[in-house]
Amino acid sequence: MAEGAPMAEGAPMVERPISIVVEVNGLRRREHVMPRLLLSDFLRHRLGLTGTHVGCEHGVCGACTVRVDGIPARACLMFAVQTDGCAIETVEGLAGTGELTPLQRALHEAHGLQCGFCTPGILIAAGDLLERRPGADRAEIEALLSGHVCRCTGYRPIVDAIERVARDAAGHTARGDHADDADDADANGDPGGPGDPGDPGEAA
Amino acid sequence: MTDQAVATRGWIGRALPRFEDEALLRGRGRFIDDLEPVPGAHHAAIVRSPHAHARIRHLDVSAAEAADGVTGVLTGADVQAMSRPFAAAAPSPVPYYAAAVDTVRHVGEPVAVVVARDRYLAEDAAARVRVDYDPLAPVLDARAAVHDSDALVSERSFHYGDPEAAFAHADVIVGGRFDFPAWTGLPLEGYGVVADWDPGAGTLTAWCNFQGPFTLHGVAAAALGLPGTRLRVITPEHSGGSFGIKSGVFVYVALIGLASRKLGVPVRWTEDRLEHLAASQTSTGRCAEIEGAFAADGELLGVRIDAIDDVGAYLRAPEPASMYRMHGALTGAYRVRNLALRARVVLTNRCPSALNRGFGGPQHYLPLEGMMALGARRLRIDPLRLAELNLVRRFPYETPSGGLYASGDFAGCLREARELSGYEARREERRRARRAGRLYGIGVACVVEPSISNMGYVTLVEEEASRGNALPKSGNAEGATVTINPAGGIGVRVSTTPQGQGHGTVVAQVVADALGVDPSQVAVRADADTSFSPWTVASGNYSSRFSGVGVGAALRATEQVAGKLRAIAGHVLGADADEIELRDGVAHLRGSGDGAETTVSLRRLAGMAHWNPEGLPEGLEPGLAATAYYAAPELAPPVDDRISASTENGFVVDIAVVEVDRATGRLAVIDYVSVHDAGRLLNPLLAEGQVIGGFAHGFGAVTREAHAHGADGELLTDTLKDYLCPTPADLPAVRTAHRETPSPLTPLGAKGLGEGTTMSVPAAIHNAVMDALHRDAPIALPLTPARLWELIDA
Ligand code: FES
Ligand code: FES
Repeated sequence: MAEGAPMAEGAPMVERPISIVVEVNGLRRREHVMPRLLLSDFLRHRLGLTGTHVGCEHGVCGACTVRVDGIPARACLMFAVQTDGCAIETVEGLAGTGELTPLQRALHEAHGLQCGFCTPGILIAAGDLLERRPGADRAEIEALLSGHVCRCTGYRPIVDAIERVARDAAGHTARGDHADDADDADANGDPGGPGDPGDPGEAA
Repeated sequence: MTDQAVATRGWIGRALPRFEDEALLRGRGRFIDDLEPVPGAHHAAIVRSPHAHARIRHLDVSAAEAADGVTGVLTGADVQAMSRPFAAAAPSPVPYYAAAVDTVRHVGEPVAVVVARDRYLAEDAAARVRVDYDPLAPVLDARAAVHDSDALVSERSFHYGDPEAAFAHADVIVGGRFDFPAWTGLPLEGYGVVADWDPGAGTLTAWCNFQGPFTLHGVAAAALGLPGTRLRVITPEHSGGSFGIKSGVFVYVALIGLASRKLGVPVRWTEDRLEHLAASQTSTGRCAEIEGAFAADGELLGVRIDAIDDVGAYLRAPEPASMYRMHGALTGAYRVRNLALRARVVLTNRCPSALNRGFGGPQHYLPLEGMMALGARRLRIDPLRLAELNLVRRFPYETPSGGLYASGDFAGCLREARELSGYEARREERRRARRAGRLYGIGVACVVEPSISNMGYVTLVEEEASRGNALPKSGNAEGATVTINPAGGIGVRVSTTPQGQGHGTVVAQVVADALGVDPSQVAVRADADTSFSPWTVASGNYSSRFSGVGVGAALRATEQVAGKLRAIAGHVLGADADEIELRDGVAHLRGSGDGAETTVSLRRLAGMAHWNPEGLPEGLEPGLAATAYYAAPELAPPVDDRISASTENGFVVDIAVVEVDRATGRLAVIDYVSVHDAGRLLNPLLAEGQVIGGFAHGFGAVTREAHAHGADGELLTDTLKDYLCPTPADLPAVRTAHRETPSPLTPLGAKGLGEGTTMSVPAAIHNAVMDALHRDAPIALPLTPARLWELIDA
């Protein structure tokens, strides 16, 4: 029986597995999941993608951040069924079997990870920021990371690493390209997608 | 032979990025919850107390047992029947079992363990466990608890020199109450255990993200009634931080192990964040009263400390060690010879305490350095000047309480910190700011950072007379195995169980130099397997011991293997072993060219050792592996209550410049300088990571982090929305510098450095805030805007 199948008696209703189709890191998967199965548990324990970490299960630490249809989401605040028909990107998909990405390399060089538990969520979130705002500045990076708990590094080498990638990217585009669209995301540099901590409706 | 390795100097000391990173960056970390070390493990959910203190009137698990998918339930009564109380470093009036038997003593204390086919079902069923509680009044005030004989775990007094005379002759006496609330390093990954009881062999195997084995493997085994050989603890390759907090995993090795034993299935449990905040482990809360006796010229004549440690609901090993960890360095960086300490340890209704970064250090330096700041204020001497006047200047220096500061340059560090901070300009800025009515302050902290704890220091909790009966305890030793396989592959195993500190990279650097190879060719495992790894009772990740003893053991084992390689090479090249030099993966005949007749590759030597025992020099064992142990020197058991509590003592000088906003009470750190002498830095990149990471922990503790309880004992900080960690925008850009006075006591001259800033930052920032607010009394931590705002103009 699928994980998460609840007992019938005393539960509000008898729930049955639901069939979903998701594309994870480019691979299409059809799975039967119980409605209450968290996306984080689905990724980690059904699909074996244990790179997505769980640090709080209440939407604060950011360790579980993945992208759902291109938008960062906290996998601990979503149910797997909510991603039916969606494309999901996890840390395993960043470099795949190839070379590390520039952001991964920058974190390595700056000693931006110690235990590495926060790293996958930060890679996804920062990668997303750099995609939206390739020349993001230090304040934007710090604001983004305020939604990611890292207890090992004191953050500075992480900020340095992301900033370096941003500067390299800015070097490739005309200066000022991104100077005046600073307000297009909310103050946290977070687009408030599904599973965003600011959206209590998503909480289980 | 050590000199040989030191002389090579190739990789040691380089800021080499870590070999550990690649797997972690790809999401290929192997953390405890990622592993399926045994097939078919069932999942546990723990029923926990919502009360800080209550009697359990009735526990009914029948509905849970009958629920869908449930394997069974382990109750406190089962735990009592199947195990013994955990031992600690002192006897406790309250027996400590892995689950509550008839009384719960802290929020989150386990009451029952429900095991089911999956975690969702286990949690469903856990909700059906009915517990009737009779709430009791909680004890949360450590100062009140000392009067309760059931709460007072230990009380000792120590006298060094003549403190009475010092105080009698003092021109100025200052002091105050400095309380350090319990907080946590809060590793991002919580506890996790997979326990597998083998009824045939009577063996428990536990995979867990423990940071031991340390002494706690033995504590868990004894509680389970198992000889040490029947408890096999295996740690995963990766652990998501600890900072000491994961030493408490041993309690759950016992609890989940008992569930597996009772139910006859392997059981796994992964702690969630609510459980972690309520019930994993915290730092030790300290209530301290301190007094300093000064001469008018600023000489510190004597110190009196009355310290009460709050260890929470149970005495959890290695407590009450927090009280004694700093014992060799009680007088800090200063020459003062007269010292009195009253040390009391109490139980309250809080989460049990034990290791947490700094372990006793932050709690000690807040009062000691606070006293120095208050002294400076009263004496009208600049605090940096007052520190300088009193610094230890001659090394080796033996402290009144028995500590040994083998080497150092305290005065040099202080000078460097003064320069780096632009101290005089800061003071000028303060004058200007104050004239403008701004609340601008400067704080100093000088901190001796002990590393490599003496296993014997905890016995100070016993009176000298009773100590004699037990096996003497001393030292701090680590083991390592180095293996070269037939193809020349180099593998190293140490049992230092890192949680992100990069031990693998540093060991690879050290081994690379000793064998003359590239560090990328050295595979290192630092996780522990108590049945098959080399380890000692001191093994584990604490007291910043790695760079001394972890490296020491790896070096010793490597030297043995290198010796053998040289012997074989000498045999092949027709020379003496000591004429052979290992470099670039090749054994060279010293002083000759690089021709084929004067060199032989490591790979070939390894092949010979494995394939051709007959061709080896006479008397040489075949194979190419060595296990060696290294014990740090100068760590004798205590004598006359004096102890060298740590092998090494690094030094840190911090200068904090802060401003408190009059309107909001918000604290801004304008500048922060931290100068360290941690001996020789084996990898400056990783060293800086430890310093900055430790800074963040100290900064969190002084500005916002604490476990808070309501009057009825309710835990107020049970989620990450309530327990606030600093974010990047909160953390000031600390400016660091390192002086490297090599340690004469560790093989490569390194001193530990993982905890110094966690010790110094709370004191420096607290002193700066006292200065900003013109206070001549301490301020209760954490220094939240609300608290500071109330004190402005008070
Ligand atoms: S696990 Fe912390 S935000 Fe999801
Ligand atoms: S590296 Fe450990 S939490 Fe960030």
